Amino acid sequence: MRARSDAEIAAGQVLLAVESISLSFGGIKALTEVSFDIKKGEVRAIIGPNGAGKTSMLNVINGFYKPQHGRIMFKGLSHAAMEPHEAASSGIARTFQNVALFKSMTTLDNIMAGRTLKMHRSFFWQLLRHGPAMREEIEHRKRVEEIIDFLEIPHIRRIPVGRLPYGLQKRVELGRALAMEPDLLLLDEPMAGMNLEEKEDMSRFVIDVNNHFGTTIALIEHDMGVVMDLSDRVVVLDYGRKIADGTPDEVKRDRAVIDAYLGVAH
Amino acid sequence: MDLLYNIFINPFVQMVAAPDLLVQTLWEGLVGGVLYALIALGFVLIFKASGVFNFAQGIMVVFGALTLVGLYTILTRIGLTNVHAAAFAALALTIGVMFLLAVTVERMVLRPLVNQPDIILFMATFGLTYLLIGFGEVIFGGEPKIMITEALYLPKGSYDIKMLGGFVSLQKIDIAAAIIASVMVAGLAVFFSVTRIGRALRAVADSHKAALSVGISLEQIWVIVWFASGLVALVTGIMWAARSDVSFALQIIALRALPVLILGGFTSIPGAIVGGLIIGIGEKLGEFYWGPLLGSGIESWLAYFIALVFLLFRPQGLFGEKIIERV
Repeated sequence: MRARSDAEIAAGQVLLAVESISLSFGGIKALTEVSFDIKKGEVRAIIGPNGAGKTSMLNVINGFYKPQHGRIMFKGLSHAAMEPHEAASSGIARTFQNVALFKSMTTLDNIMAGRTLKMHRSFFWQLLRHGPAMREEIEHRKRVEEIIDFLEIPHIRRIPVGRLPYGLQKRVELGRALAMEPDLLLLDEPMAGMNLEEKEDMSRFVIDVNNHFGTTIALIEHDMGVVMDLSDRVVVLDYGRKIADGTPDEVKRDRAVIDAYLGVAH
Repeated sequence: MDLLYNIFINPFVQMVAAPDLLVQTLWEGLVGGVLYALIALGFVLIFKASGVFNFAQGIMVVFGALTLVGLYTILTRIGLTNVHAAAFAALALTIGVMFLLAVTVERMVLRPLVNQPDIILFMATFGLTYLLIGFGEVIFGGEPKIMITEALYLPKGSYDIKMLGGFVSLQKIDIAAAIIASVMVAGLAVFFSVTRIGRALRAVADSHKAALSVGISLEQIWVIVWFASGLVALVTGIMWAARSDVSFALQIIALRALPVLILGGFTSIPGAIVGGLIIGIGEKLGEFYWGPLLGSGIESWLAYFIALVFLLFRPQGLFGEKIIERV
């Protein structure tokens, strides 16, 4: 199912590395000294029980949270923290656990919004709606239509996304992230709340994105079946600390992981 | 019985008996409504994009008009003899001032207060109001001024149209106001629906989080909405001042636009327009036909009354979004 062998991944180039990230809110420690890397082209899963700090980790990576300690290396550049704008323009796209879409806008406009950073025509050309601004709009619209076809959602193109069922909203959100043509795609529980059929569809899209576009993916997921099928490597968090890191098989057998999930008698 | 007759029958009898007066009243209501709609639009633009209820919207109307007249006076004094050239130079400079205002507000008010509760931002716009009043008075003086209508090529006088067995008198400045306002609203609507920046504005209105994740800069969007509503305020100021004069008392009209917002919904641009027209026309009809019953002067509170009744039935406004929270 996976496009690359474990050996290839192991030898691959590091796209992103987080280095001893610590993050706290007041007295609450969300992340403590977490380090791991994501290699170019892999599907990296981040798993852990509720409240383990998985979403906080994604928020640090795309700049929503500023960690108190640690550094983030992305594409060879080291940052103490990213600004969301900076993360987006350097090639990080994401989706959200509870779907964050522009609800009153159509599917098309939502995905077009993903191309904001790729469009450069100035304010005044846009006011005129002619010449360069118009050509630019058409060119980007073409790319967006490709994404819509790829995600098999042409029938909902003109519908305001607030009216769509949850499963389709998740798909539109993925489309918006893809429209950014990211180097790194962060997916926060892409299959949460979906039925089996929707999960299978979404898994297929994740694999296709990884295979056809070569996009590196970091995903948080609770469904262990999905995690084991999709990911090349897995990092496990518990109470804000990293407790395991390795291939799905290694992680599955890890004592600390089993304890974290099932509880342990002390 | 007499009272009931006077309330429910007599006004309509009058409307039918003197249709020319009815048309005249409707026209005046329409023009007032268009201006209300413009003010409400200024509020809605800012509220949608940043969740801030901008109390300073009224003073921005005055500030725009005052800056225009003030700069015009300065330009003519330093030797620009052609009044039209001076007027349009002053207009261009005023637009620049409104842009600077937007940038300053974003830097000094919005950015430091980001993620603070709405009430704090609301209070900050209060502060901004008094700052602008003080600033305006120090630089341009507090005395009422006359709008430079002629220098801006705005028409004067009126058309008297013979119709329906009488005369209907249309002020030319009112016609100009209606046309300019309509063009402005249509322009904004197109801009919002089809351009990249318009799309980004709507995106920010829907979800800050998602907008940030696709790389939309909130700061840039805030500057744009404050600038847009500054421009709307400037146009409103010119049109309103052309019918009276430029004075700080004008800021009261912003409070008159509140019922429009309640009626139209705080987040809806079509709502601001339709609400403005309903309030404008409702006020004039009420004043003219029902006013005498209550000893006149009902124009000043009728709008609030309409809004209050409306709140009972549709608290979210005509076009506002119904807020449903899951428990």
